Amino acid sequence: MSDPLADSAERLFAAYAGKAVVRAAEHGVFPQSLWDALIRAGFTAALLPEHAGGVGATVAEAMALLRIAAAHAAPIPLAETMLAGWLLAEAGLPVPEGALTVAPVRLRDVLTLRRAEDGWHLTGTASRVPWARDAAAIAVLAEGPDGPTVALLHPDSFTLARRDRNLAGEPRDTITVDTVLAADAAAAPFGPAQLRAAGAAVRTVQIAGALSRALSLSVQYAQIRVQFGRPIGKFQAIQHSLAVMAGQAAAALAAADMATDALAGGLDLLRVGAAKARAGEAASIAAGLAHQAHGAIGFTQEYELHFATRRLWSWRDEFGNEAEWNGVVGRAVLAAGPDGLWPLLTAA
Amino acid sequence: MQMLTFATPPVDAGAEALRGEVRRFLADEMPGRTPLQRAASWSGSDPAFSRKMGERGWIGMTWPKRYGGHERSALDRYVVLEEMLAAGAPVGHHWIADRQSGPSILRHGTEAQRQQILPRIAAGACSFCIGMSEPDSGSDLAAARTRAQRVQRGWLANGTKLWTSGAHQADYMILFCRTGATEGDRHGGASQFLVDIEQARGSGLTVRPILDMRGAHHFNEVVIEDLLLPEDALLGREGDGWAQVTAELAFERSSPDRFLSAFALLTEAVRALGPAAPERAAVAVGRLVSHTLALRRLSRSVAGMLQAGKDPALQAALVKDLGNTLEQDTVETVRLLVDAEPSEEDGSPPLAAVLAHLVLTAPSFSLRGGTREILRGIIARGLGLR
Ligand SMILES: Cc1cc2nc3c(=O)[nH]c(=O)nc-3n(C[C@H](O)[C@H](O)[C@H](O)COP(=O)(O)OP(=O)(O)OC[C@H]3O[C@@H](n4cnc5c(N)ncnc54)[C@H](O)[C@@H]3O)c2cc1C
Repeated sequence: MSDPLADSAERLFAAYAGKAVVRAAEHGVFPQSLWDALIRAGFTAALLPEHAGGVGATVAEAMALLRIAAAHAAPIPLAETMLAGWLLAEAGLPVPEGALTVAPVRLRDVLTLRRAEDGWHLTGTASRVPWARDAAAIAVLAEGPDGPTVALLHPDSFTLARRDRNLAGEPRDTITVDTVLAADAAAAPFGPAQLRAAGAAVRTVQIAGALSRALSLSVQYAQIRVQFGRPIGKFQAIQHSLAVMAGQAAAALAAADMATDALAGGLDLLRVGAAKARAGEAASIAAGLAHQAHGAIGFTQEYELHFATRRLWSWRDEFGNEAEWNGVVGRAVLAAGPDGLWPLLTAA
Repeated sequence: MQMLTFATPPVDAGAEALRGEVRRFLADEMPGRTPLQRAASWSGSDPAFSRKMGERGWIGMTWPKRYGGHERSALDRYVVLEEMLAAGAPVGHHWIADRQSGPSILRHGTEAQRQQILPRIAAGACSFCIGMSEPDSGSDLAAARTRAQRVQRGWLANGTKLWTSGAHQADYMILFCRTGATEGDRHGGASQFLVDIEQARGSGLTVRPILDMRGAHHFNEVVIEDLLLPEDALLGREGDGWAQVTAELAFERSSPDRFLSAFALLTEAVRALGPAAPERAAVAVGRLVSHTLALRRLSRSVAGMLQAGKDPALQAALVKDLGNTLEQDTVETVRLLVDAEPSEEDGSPPLAAVLAHLVLTAPSFSLRGGTREILRGIIARGLGLR
């Protein structure tokens, strides 16, 4: 594939997101030089419209960057910065520089916005907020008096109540908010379901990236590991396991493309939901097979397979797991009925 | 490792207009057909229906006009195929000819063969069957023993073909057999022939029915004894049979019939469950739909790659393996969601009948057109493991 943007992304992540960087991040060292390189390359602004500071990339190009970042297990809030920028731009708010994230990300967490004398009073708790500790600002979608409302939170206006992490060691923090904001919190043109869908869309793309990495590591390993006098990849049982994995990788790629299309146009919940659910299932199947093909080495901290698989096991649950999204898809289909089913699936 | 790539399926507004046309046609043609008949999909043969499709220009759609084709895009063709399958239309009479035999003749046939046969296929008036498998040659197609020997006025064929779907109704069979010595190369010395079944019956070719476990007559044993094939029955070049048959299988594996075989059951399940179904059912139905959407995207991508002249053999094998798994999953999922004991007896509720049909046909999905194991071997080769 001769795609200059993808090629330069591959080079950038290969240079700045090596194993040592990924490991250090898990011990709390934010990979500043990687992040600076991403900003220089314009990658963090890739999903923004040009009027909001974007770099003129298409949604598909932005998602390709995200997929490559995930394949390298790049330990940075690229997806979250894209997501927050998208949310702010959609709401017509300015997009600040630096690492960004969004809140709330859990269904039960609610941030509430009330009118105050000279602005807004924002209160509430949000858990599992990705990268909150490293964010220059958080784009929040709060329950306001007139419906869902987007606001921008700076680090001095929330408390980091708990430092939590996902299985891959990525920050997932709890924040509590009790603050007064200036009047520039704007009404968002969409509800929490849309933010959740956008989050599911970016995680779907990331799953496709990490899964392709798990597959290529497994194929390479099967070609060099020798048992019974031959590479294990010569055994039919291993070949078939990896063929199944390749099928799941293909399904995840299709899901990522579906999610990308949805993000580019209208965030159709049926398609985002199908994509996240399908990718999540692929992640579960493929991660297990990848470990099986690796034997004990894949179970060690030293070997890098877990950079991919721990992300797969985390991301499949974030912004809605398979049961949640398949439920959304199923409800839509059952509402459409037997005669509406096929037209629903083929609607462009 | 070769990176897996699935090109973005091309967008084609014309194809969407065509979709409306096909749906209107189906709305006129399908109402009299029961859910059970729909479940048979491309196993159901109705020559009159095929002729109507031919009149619409929906068979041989991508072929040159001089052979009765319509020079439409692969995406147009894809729209017609998937609409027919989703509706469970009885497309069996022309299905194999349109999917693989016609394209093979177009690629390898002589000018006379093309002119004589392709327009009839495109009209929906000519049916084909596939003469590959034999008693001792299933997955291992190169072990075929049927042999055609050169004689004065052509070729003299002897051997037995097995599992030949529709041989009892077909006009032609494409016969894969040995014509020369293998000499170390198992894939050498094979050729393909166009056998005119009507002509051959009684002069060396006997079609014997084999009932499947549903009791239906679908496939056959075709016994060939001293059958004289004329000189011009040879399809393609003598000795090129293996390469030709491999290309033919790529056509066979990349079509949407490889993931929509259980769609009729999903439709009936949606009908039976209704909008107020419990969450458990919504999740399970949603899962089948999520899989279907992802597969449709992959399958359309393969259609686009074929259109662009690429060789997506690896991608086609991936789609067929995933697709067959989904089809079989659909049966196992639906039966746990609905209160129906499967039965095809007259008077059975539609859901019970469709369920019965699929329980009893699903095992074949991962056998016909190359078994699951053979497909996974092809995928493993694509990954660089073989
Ligand atoms: C409904 C139906 C319709 C069919 N229609 C046609 C038709 O029209 N024309 C035609 O030519 N054929 C037809 N076939 C035959 C079909 O192509 C064969 O069934 C298929 O190729 C498998 O061959 P086999 O049945 O001899 O099984 P075998 O090849 O004997 O296989 C038996 C089992 O062994 C496995 N196996 C075999 N070799 C290997 C290997 N190297 N590694 C691992 N596992 C292996 C197989 O995957 C399978 O699970 C039809 C079959 C069915 C079920």
